[in-house]
Amino acid sequence: MKYLSILLVCLLPAFSYASQATDLAADPVLEKRMIGLAENLRCLVCQNESLASSHAELAEDLRREVREQMKKGMNDQEIVDYLVSRYGDFVLYDPPVKKYTLVLWFGPFVLLLLGGGILFYQLRKRKSQISETELSDEDVKRAAALLNDSPELQNKPKAPQA
Amino acid sequence: MMRFILPFIVFMIMAAFLYVGLSLDPHEVPSPLIGKAAPAFTLPQLQEPSKNFSPQDMKGKVWLFNVWASWCTACESEHAVLLDLSRQNLVPIYGMDYKDKRQDGEAWLRERGNPYALVVSDVEGRVGIDYGVYGVPETYVIDKQGVIRHKQIGPVTPQNLSEKILPLIKELQAK
Repeated sequence: MKYLSILLVCLLPAFSYASQATDLAADPVLEKRMIGLAENLRCLVCQNESLASSHAELAEDLRREVREQMKKGMNDQEIVDYLVSRYGDFVLYDPPVKKYTLVLWFGPFVLLLLGGGILFYQLRKRKSQISETELSDEDVKRAAALLNDSPELQNKPKAPQA
Repeated sequence: MMRFILPFIVFMIMAAFLYVGLSLDPHEVPSPLIGKAAPAFTLPQLQEPSKNFSPQDMKGKVWLFNVWASWCTACESEHAVLLDLSRQNLVPIYGMDYKDKRQDGEAWLRERGNPYALVVSDVEGRVGIDYGVYGVPETYVIDKQGVIRHKQIGPVTPQNLSEKILPLIKELQAK
Protein backbone atom coordinates (compact mmCIF):
# COMPACT_ATOMS: atom_id res chain seq x y z
CA MET A 1 0.00 0.00 0.00
CA LYS A 2 2.83 2.32 0.94
CA TYR A 3 4.64 1.55 -2.32
CA LEU A 4 1.49 2.13 -4.27
CA SER A 5 1.01 5.59 -2.81
CA ILE A 6 4.67 6.42 -3.54
CA LEU A 7 4.11 5.25 -7.10
CA LEU A 8 1.05 7.44 -7.39
CA VAL A 9 2.95 10.46 -6.10
CA CYS A 10 5.63 9.76 -8.69
CA LEU A 11 2.99 9.86 -11.39
CA LEU A 12 1.73 13.30 -10.36
CA PRO A 13 4.16 15.29 -12.55
CA ALA A 14 2.81 13.39 -15.54
CA PHE A 15 -0.68 14.67 -14.78
CA SER A 16 0.49 18.22 -14.36
CA TYR A 17 2.20 17.92 -17.74
CA ALA A 18 -1.02 16.69 -19.26
CA SER A 19 -2.84 19.84 -18.24
CA GLN A 20 -0.10 21.98 -19.76
CA ALA A 21 -0.32 20.16 -23.07
CA THR A 22 -3.80 21.53 -23.69
CA ASP A 23 -2.19 24.87 -24.39
CA LEU A 24 -3.43 25.80 -27.86
CA ALA A 25 -0.27 26.23 -29.89
CA ALA A 26 1.35 23.30 -28.16
CA ASP A 27 -1.49 20.92 -28.98
CA PRO A 28 -0.12 19.11 -32.05
CA VAL A 29 -3.42 17.49 -33.03
CA LEU A 30 -5.29 20.77 -33.04
CA GLU A 31 -2.40 22.52 -34.77
CA LYS A 32 -2.43 19.89 -37.50
CA ARG A 33 -6.17 20.24 -37.95
CA MET A 34 -5.86 24.04 -38.06
CA ILE A 35 -3.07 23.92 -40.68
CA GLY A 36 -5.07 21.38 -42.72
CA LEU A 37 -8.01 23.78 -42.81
CA ALA A 38 -5.93 26.91 -43.32
CA GLU A 39 -4.17 25.44 -46.35
CA ASN A 40 -7.42 25.71 -48.28
CA LEU A 41 -8.01 29.31 -47.26
CA ARG A 42 -6.52 32.37 -48.86
CA CYS A 43 -4.66 35.03 -46.96
CA LEU A 44 -6.22 38.34 -47.95
CA VAL A 45 -3.10 40.41 -47.46
CA CYS A 46 -0.79 38.38 -49.70
CA GLN A 47 -3.34 36.80 -51.94
CA ASN A 48 -1.23 34.03 -53.42
CA GLU A 49 -0.41 32.58 -50.06
CA SER A 50 -2.60 30.33 -48.01
CA LEU A 51 -3.63 31.21 -44.51
CA ALA A 52 -1.41 28.36 -43.31
CA SER A 53 1.81 29.60 -44.88
CA SER A 54 1.41 33.37 -44.68
CA HIS A 55 3.43 35.43 -42.27
CA ALA A 56 1.15 38.44 -42.50
CA GLU A 57 -0.12 39.66 -39.16
CA LEU A 58 -3.71 39.21 -40.24
CA ALA A 59 -2.99 35.57 -41.09
CA GLU A 60 -1.54 35.05 -37.64
CA ASP A 61 -4.63 36.60 -36.08
CA LEU A 62 -6.91 34.46 -38.20
CA ARG A 63 -4.99 31.30 -37.30
CA ARG A 64 -5.41 32.25 -33.65
CA GLU A 65 -9.11 32.75 -34.27
CA VAL A 66 -9.40 29.34 -36.00
CA ARG A 67 -7.54 27.61 -33.15
CA GLU A 68 -9.84 29.14 -30.57
CA GLN A 69 -12.95 28.13 -32.49
CA MET A 70 -11.69 24.58 -32.86
CA LYS A 71 -11.14 24.53 -29.13
CA LYS A 72 -14.72 25.71 -28.67
CA GLY A 73 -15.78 22.59 -30.58
CA MET A 74 -16.85 24.19 -33.86
CA ASN A 75 -16.51 21.92 -36.87
CA ASP A 76 -14.52 22.83 -39.99
CA GLN A 77 -17.58 23.90 -41.96
CA GLU A 78 -18.71 26.27 -39.22
CA ILE A 79 -15.26 27.86 -39.10
CA VAL A 80 -15.14 28.26 -42.89
CA ASP A 81 -18.62 29.86 -42.76
CA TYR A 82 -17.39 32.21 -40.05
CA LEU A 83 -14.54 33.40 -42.28
CA VAL A 84 -16.68 33.60 -45.43
CA SER A 85 -19.28 35.73 -43.62
CA ARG A 86 -16.53 38.28 -42.89
CA TYR A 87 -14.24 38.11 -45.90
CA GLY A 88 -16.44 36.63 -48.60
CA ASP A 89 -16.00 33.66 -50.91
CA PHE A 90 -12.64 35.11 -51.83
CA VAL A 91 -11.02 33.35 -48.86
CA LEU A 92 -11.87 29.98 -50.39
CA TYR A 93 -9.36 28.45 -52.77
CA ASP A 94 -12.20 26.19 -53.84
CA PRO A 95 -14.92 28.66 -54.83
CA PRO A 96 -18.57 27.55 -54.61
CA VAL A 97 -20.71 27.29 -57.74
CA LYS A 98 -22.79 30.50 -57.76
CA LYS A 99 -24.25 32.80 -60.35
CA TYR A 100 -21.12 34.89 -60.61
CA THR A 101 -18.72 31.94 -60.54
CA LEU A 102 -20.46 30.13 -63.44
CA VAL A 103 -17.98 31.52 -65.96
CA LEU A 104 -15.11 30.47 -63.71
CA TRP A 105 -16.44 26.93 -63.34
CA PHE A 106 -17.82 26.25 -66.79
CA GLY A 107 -16.00 28.77 -68.99
CA PRO A 108 -13.06 26.42 -69.68
CA PHE A 109 -15.40 23.63 -70.76
CA VAL A 110 -17.28 25.99 -73.07
CA LEU A 111 -13.98 27.08 -74.60
CA LEU A 112 -12.90 23.45 -74.94
CA LEU A 113 -16.14 22.53 -76.71
CA LEU A 114 -15.85 25.59 -78.92
CA GLY A 115 -12.25 24.81 -79.85
CA GLY A 116 -13.06 21.12 -80.36
CA GLY A 117 -16.00 22.07 -82.59
CA ILE A 118 -13.87 24.38 -84.73
CA LEU A 119 -11.15 21.73 -85.01
CA PHE A 120 -13.68 19.06 -85.97
CA TYR A 121 -15.25 21.37 -88.55
CA GLN A 122 -11.89 22.30 -90.05
CA LEU A 123 -10.72 18.68 -90.25
CA ARG A 124 -13.95 17.65 -91.97
CA LYS A 125 -13.61 20.50 -94.44
CA ARG A 126 -9.99 19.64 -95.18
CA LYS A 127 -10.76 15.96 -95.67
CA SER A 128 -13.27 16.77 -98.39
CA GLN A 129 -10.69 18.96 -100.10
CA ILE A 130 -7.97 16.33 -100.23
CA SER A 131 -8.13 14.21 -103.36
CA GLU A 132 -6.05 11.08 -103.73
CA THR A 133 -3.59 11.32 -106.60
CA GLU A 134 -2.75 8.06 -108.24
CA LEU A 135 0.97 7.23 -108.44
CA SER A 136 2.21 6.35 -111.83
CA ASP A 137 4.29 3.17 -112.27
CA GLU A 138 7.33 5.28 -112.77
CA ASP A 139 6.79 7.02 -109.41
CA VAL A 140 6.42 3.71 -107.64
CA LYS A 141 9.65 2.43 -109.11
CA ARG A 142 11.51 5.57 -108.19
CA ALA A 143 10.27 5.44 -104.61
CA ALA A 144 11.25 1.80 -104.27
CA ALA A 145 14.69 2.52 -105.65
CA LEU A 146 15.21 5.36 -103.23
CA LEU A 147 14.08 3.31 -100.27
CA ASN A 148 16.16 0.27 -101.08
CA ASP A 149 19.36 1.81 -102.35
CA SER A 150 19.82 4.72 -99.97
CA PRO A 151 22.78 3.74 -97.72
CA GLU A 152 21.72 6.24 -95.03
CA LEU A 153 18.32 4.69 -94.75
CA GLN A 154 19.70 1.19 -94.51
CA ASN A 155 22.36 1.90 -91.94
CA LYS A 156 20.66 4.36 -89.66
CA PRO A 157 17.06 4.54 -90.63
CA LYS A 158 16.06 6.73 -87.70
CA ALA A 159 18.46 9.56 -88.40
CA PRO A 160 17.29 11.61 -91.32
CA GLN A 161 19.85 13.98 -92.73
CA ALA A 162 19.65 17.58 -91.79
CA MET B 1 -11.29 36.55 -95.82
CA MET B 2 -12.53 34.49 -92.86
CA ARG B 3 -8.95 33.38 -92.22
CA PHE B 4 -8.13 36.90 -91.12
CA ILE B 5 -11.40 38.02 -89.60
CA LEU B 6 -11.82 35.13 -87.19
CA PRO B 7 -8.40 35.40 -85.49
CA PHE B 8 -8.87 39.14 -85.37
CA ILE B 9 -12.19 38.80 -83.56
CA VAL B 10 -10.64 36.35 -81.09
CA PHE B 11 -7.78 38.76 -80.55
CA MET B 12 -10.14 41.68 -79.95
CA ILE B 13 -12.16 39.71 -77.40
CA MET B 14 -9.02 38.71 -75.52
CA ALA B 15 -7.68 42.26 -75.68
CA ALA B 16 -10.97 43.58 -74.26
CA PHE B 17 -10.82 41.12 -71.36
CA LEU B 18 -7.20 41.96 -70.63
CA TYR B 19 -7.88 45.69 -70.85
CA VAL B 20 -10.71 45.46 -68.33
CA GLY B 21 -8.46 43.28 -66.17
CA LEU B 22 -5.89 46.06 -66.05
CA SER B 23 -8.30 48.43 -64.37
CA LEU B 24 -9.43 45.91 -61.74
CA ASP B 25 -7.66 45.87 -58.41
CA PRO B 26 -7.36 42.30 -57.11
CA HIS B 27 -6.81 43.71 -53.64
CA GLU B 28 -10.32 45.09 -53.58
CA VAL B 29 -12.26 42.13 -52.34
CA PRO B 30 -16.00 42.85 -52.22
CA SER B 31 -17.18 42.71 -48.65
CA PRO B 32 -20.03 40.33 -47.82
CA LEU B 33 -21.00 42.74 -45.04
CA ILE B 34 -22.58 45.31 -47.36
CA GLY B 35 -26.29 45.46 -46.58
CA LYS B 36 -25.82 43.65 -43.27
CA ALA B 37 -25.94 45.03 -39.77
CA ALA B 38 -22.62 46.40 -38.58
CA PRO B 39 -21.16 43.79 -36.20
CA ALA B 40 -21.68 44.72 -32.57
CA PHE B 41 -18.72 45.36 -30.30
CA THR B 42 -17.76 47.22 -27.19
CA LEU B 43 -14.27 48.66 -27.16
CA PRO B 44 -12.44 51.10 -24.88
CA GLN B 45 -11.84 54.56 -26.23
CA LEU B 46 -8.32 55.41 -27.29
CA GLN B 47 -7.85 58.59 -25.28
CA GLU B 48 -10.02 57.56 -22.33
CA PRO B 49 -9.73 53.79 -21.89
CA SER B 50 -12.15 53.80 -18.97
CA LYS B 51 -14.97 54.78 -21.36
CA ASN B 52 -16.40 52.39 -23.90
CA PHE B 53 -18.04 52.82 -27.25
CA SER B 54 -20.29 50.51 -29.17
CA PRO B 55 -21.96 51.00 -32.57
CA GLN B 56 -25.40 50.68 -31.01
CA ASP B 57 -24.81 54.15 -29.55
CA MET B 58 -25.03 55.50 -33.10
CA LYS B 59 -28.56 54.31 -33.94
CA GLY B 60 -30.46 57.00 -35.79
CA LYS B 61 -27.36 58.59 -37.29
CA VAL B 62 -25.47 58.10 -40.50
CA TRP B 63 -21.79 57.79 -39.67
CA LEU B 64 -18.39 56.86 -41.02
CA PHE B 65 -16.36 54.16 -39.34
CA ASN B 66 -12.73 54.57 -40.30
CA VAL B 67 -10.17 51.90 -39.47
CA TRP B 68 -6.63 53.24 -39.23
CA ALA B 69 -3.33 52.72 -37.44
CA SER B 70 -0.22 54.73 -36.69
CA TRP B 71 1.90 52.12 -38.51
CA CYS B 72 -0.17 52.46 -41.67
CA THR B 73 1.54 54.62 -44.28
CA ALA B 74 -1.50 55.00 -46.53
CA CYS B 75 -3.39 56.45 -43.55
CA GLU B 76 -1.17 59.54 -43.65
CA SER B 77 -2.42 60.68 -47.03
CA GLU B 78 -5.97 59.86 -45.97
CA HIS B 79 -5.64 61.80 -42.74
CA ALA B 80 -5.63 65.21 -44.43
CA VAL B 81 -8.79 64.28 -46.34
CA LEU B 82 -10.52 63.19 -43.13
CA LEU B 83 -9.48 66.38 -41.33
CA ASP B 84 -10.95 68.38 -44.16
CA LEU B 85 -14.15 66.36 -44.08
CA SER B 86 -14.52 66.75 -40.31
CA ARG B 87 -14.32 70.56 -40.65
CA GLN B 88 -17.29 70.47 -43.01
CA ASN B 89 -19.47 68.86 -40.31
CA LEU B 90 -21.30 66.73 -42.85
CA VAL B 91 -21.01 63.41 -41.10
CA PRO B 92 -19.54 62.21 -37.82
CA ILE B 93 -16.33 60.19 -38.28
CA TYR B 94 -15.63 57.49 -35.76
CA GLY B 95 -12.21 55.90 -35.82
CA MET B 96 -10.80 52.56 -34.80
CA ASP B 97 -7.11 52.35 -34.08
CA TYR B 98 -6.39 48.86 -35.37
CA LYS B 99 -3.68 46.63 -33.90
CA ASP B 100 -1.78 49.59 -32.60
CA LYS B 101 -0.08 50.56 -29.37
CA ARG B 102 -2.25 52.97 -27.47
CA GLN B 103 0.58 55.53 -27.01
CA ASP B 104 1.44 55.41 -30.73
CA GLY B 105 -2.15 56.02 -31.76
CA GLU B 106 -2.56 58.90 -29.31
CA ALA B 107 0.72 60.50 -30.38
CA TRP B 108 -0.29 60.19 -34.03
CA LEU B 109 -3.50 62.11 -33.42
CA ARG B 110 -1.74 64.74 -31.29
CA GLU B 111 0.81 65.42 -34.01
CA ARG B 112 -1.49 65.38 -37.03
CA GLY B 113 -4.77 66.58 -35.61
CA ASN B 114 -7.89 64.59 -34.76
CA PRO B 115 -10.71 64.36 -37.30
CA TYR B 116 -12.64 61.84 -35.20
CA ALA B 117 -15.65 62.39 -32.99
CA LEU B 118 -14.31 59.46 -31.04
CA VAL B 119 -11.66 56.75 -31.47
CA VAL B 120 -11.76 53.23 -30.12
CA SER B 121 -8.75 51.01 -29.73
CA ASP B 122 -8.71 47.46 -31.12
CA VAL B 123 -5.34 46.28 -29.85
CA GLU B 124 -5.81 42.60 -30.64
CA GLY B 125 -7.55 43.13 -33.97
CA ARG B 126 -10.59 41.00 -33.09
CA VAL B 127 -13.19 43.61 -34.00
CA GLY B 128 -11.21 44.16 -37.18
CA ILE B 129 -11.76 40.50 -38.06
CA ASP B 130 -15.50 40.85 -37.40
CA TYR B 131 -15.58 43.74 -39.85
CA GLY B 132 -13.53 41.84 -42.43
CA VAL B 133 -10.63 44.29 -42.22
CA TYR B 134 -7.64 43.03 -44.16
CA GLY B 135 -5.74 46.17 -45.00
CA VAL B 136 -5.96 49.53 -43.35
CA PRO B 137 -7.22 52.10 -44.03
CA GLU B 138 -10.78 50.93 -44.54
CA THR B 139 -13.89 53.02 -44.12
CA TYR B 140 -17.47 51.92 -43.64
CA VAL B 141 -20.58 54.00 -44.28
CA ILE B 142 -23.22 52.96 -41.74
CA ASP B 143 -26.82 54.10 -41.98
CA LYS B 144 -29.39 55.11 -39.36
CA GLN B 145 -30.49 51.52 -38.82
CA GLY B 146 -26.91 50.41 -38.21
CA VAL B 147 -26.55 48.71 -41.60
CA ILE B 148 -23.25 48.86 -43.50
CA ARG B 149 -23.96 50.53 -46.83
CA HIS B 150 -20.52 50.94 -48.31
CA LYS B 151 -16.96 49.90 -47.65
CA GLN B 152 -14.06 51.93 -48.93
CA ILE B 153 -11.00 49.72 -49.15
CA GLY B 154 -7.85 51.81 -49.12
CA PRO B 155 -7.63 55.52 -48.36
CA VAL B 156 -10.52 57.93 -48.64
CA THR B 157 -9.54 60.41 -51.35
CA PRO B 158 -11.19 63.67 -52.47
CA GLN B 159 -12.25 61.77 -55.58
CA ASN B 160 -13.99 58.75 -54.03
CA LEU B 161 -15.40 61.06 -51.36
CA SER B 162 -17.14 63.33 -53.85
CA GLU B 163 -18.08 60.61 -56.31
CA LYS B 164 -19.35 57.90 -54.03
CA ILE B 165 -19.19 58.46 -50.28
CA LEU B 166 -20.73 61.93 -49.85
CA PRO B 167 -23.64 61.39 -52.29
CA LEU B 168 -24.42 58.14 -50.48
CA ILE B 169 -24.29 59.87 -47.10
CA LYS B 170 -26.66 62.59 -48.29
CA GLU B 171 -29.04 59.99 -49.64
CA LEU B 172 -28.98 58.02 -46.38
CA GLN B 173 -29.38 61.12 -44.22
CA ALA B 174 -32.47 62.14 -46.21
CA LYS B 175 -34.19 58.83 -45.46
